[in-house]
Amino acid sequence: MSTTTQTIALRGAGLTLDDIPEPKRRKRPLLPIIYWVVIGILLLPIISMIAYSFNFAPNNRVTTVWQHFTVQYYLHLADQADLFQAFLLSITIALLSAAISIAIGVPLALALERYRFWGRGLVSSILFIDIAAPSIVVGSSALSFFFTLNFQTGFWTILISHVTFNIAYAVVTLRARLSGMGTAYEQAAADLGSGPVAGFFRVTVPLLMPGILAAFLLSLAMSIDDYVITSFVAGSATTFPLYIYGIKTGLPPQVLCFGTIVFVVGIALFFANAALNRRNKV
Amino acid sequence: MRRLSVPYLLGFTGAAWLILFFLIPLIAGLIVSLMSGDVASGYRLTWNWSIYSDIFVNSNVNYALFLGRSLFYGATATLLTIVIGYPLAYFIAFRVSPRWKTPLLFLVLISFLISFVIRTKMWVFLLGAQGPIISFLQSIHLAGPDFAVLGTPGAVIGGQTYNDLAYMVLPIYVALERIDTRLFEATEDLYGTKRAVFFKTILPLSRSGIFSGILIVFIDTVGDPVNAALLGGRNTYNFGEAIQYAYLNLQQYNVAAALSTVLMIALGIILFVYARVFGTENIEDLV
Repeated sequence: MSTTTQTIALRGAGLTLDDIPEPKRRKRPLLPIIYWVVIGILLLPIISMIAYSFNFAPNNRVTTVWQHFTVQYYLHLADQADLFQAFLLSITIALLSAAISIAIGVPLALALERYRFWGRGLVSSILFIDIAAPSIVVGSSALSFFFTLNFQTGFWTILISHVTFNIAYAVVTLRARLSGMGTAYEQAAADLGSGPVAGFFRVTVPLLMPGILAAFLLSLAMSIDDYVITSFVAGSATTFPLYIYGIKTGLPPQVLCFGTIVFVVGIALFFANAALNRRNKV
Repeated sequence: MRRLSVPYLLGFTGAAWLILFFLIPLIAGLIVSLMSGDVASGYRLTWNWSIYSDIFVNSNVNYALFLGRSLFYGATATLLTIVIGYPLAYFIAFRVSPRWKTPLLFLVLISFLISFVIRTKMWVFLLGAQGPIISFLQSIHLAGPDFAVLGTPGAVIGGQTYNDLAYMVLPIYVALERIDTRLFEATEDLYGTKRAVFFKTILPLSRSGIFSGILIVFIDTVGDPVNAALLGGRNTYNFGEAIQYAYLNLQQYNVAAALSTVLMIALGIILFVYARVFGTENIEDLV
């Protein structure tokens, strides 16, 4: 409507619509400034962790004053024996819990995504609550459970609890991949005479691989990072986050070295995964 | 007939694991809260429902205050993640070319590559009385000699906001990305100002993202003992710390289980009311 009246008015003035300059969209710099300030703050602890891991630390405690550059703490990672043990324990539990969660999560994701069955809604709801429930409630409930059963807390209870929260993350990640996959290839394999088991291992699993990898990495990250749930079910065992949390008087520089190593490996895995996905897409 | 059993065979282990190690423990928490006794002589189930009034009325520990504090810190931190996170998500979704979106989003998520506890401890290190930030502020006389950040509610809320920011940015970004940008032109064609484009088009269409962000951040921050313990002090002691302390130090398992149940119920009621008031589609779709 308005354009018509405008056009008529313009014609009267001997002009066409094209003669009106487009209102120029000024891009105000406010948003980029906010973005980079926030990112700067987010990066501050990361950069200082990396920087101070190379700073000489008198009395083996990190100080804010810059002493001199050294890589000695990277060369003597095992010097803090307790810390080293805690780190190894965390890695072991992360790898085991990620592997178990995938082994349990792949069939469960298939069942939930491909079939309608009695109890499907219930299992979906449990998975949702598993992710949404506050860690402190999940951890304390797990302790109540093990306590009621007179089950000694330690390595196995940590592993069980980590698998329990990782299954949920694994299934969500795998279902996302499965829903985009369709069943055409599996049907083609069946038409070519493949049995369900061979079809699963030779068609479904390879197609699902990016999802499995993503779920595995996510599970590793969640497991290495978990403090709250582990604090309840650890018993006398000490994982990496538990050890760092428990340090009362200043950080040993090796903590920063392990943090930096995990960070660098994490970045490498992220880019490897991204590169792999890009190649597979073609 | 064989086909009918397939989903059960596939899902059995997973479903059994979740029921045994997740669902039953949640119920076990409720049952332990109804027990009486102590660690030395053992706990027995006595259906002691009065524990739920005892922890608030007859207790020498002010659990109600800690719960209130947790809810207040969590609500403030959630609000801050929206205020800070929304412009970030908006910037990445609408103001940069497609090839920069992933790197810019990656920078927001990069904190996840460092252990949560190390991250928080690094702030303790940086914000400490002799730390570089306070020293700098004092050297330019912006802060007095007694100025402290650690131990204040601000430090706890700030830590929670920092640790959970990405959980808010991500769902908002996903919601913004789904918006058809031609709707902006439509709004402008209907004489909408820039303000109207934002408040009448963008904001309502990104509501689902804000909703799931709130869900994740609020639940996480209200129950969180770590930021309060590491960045806070005596006057920031919160409900999460109280639960941890009752379990692991006092070993009053029944009290601790009751506190944990109260937290779950409080969160459940708040989020239920919130979902009813602000209305949302299927909650499970949001995860």
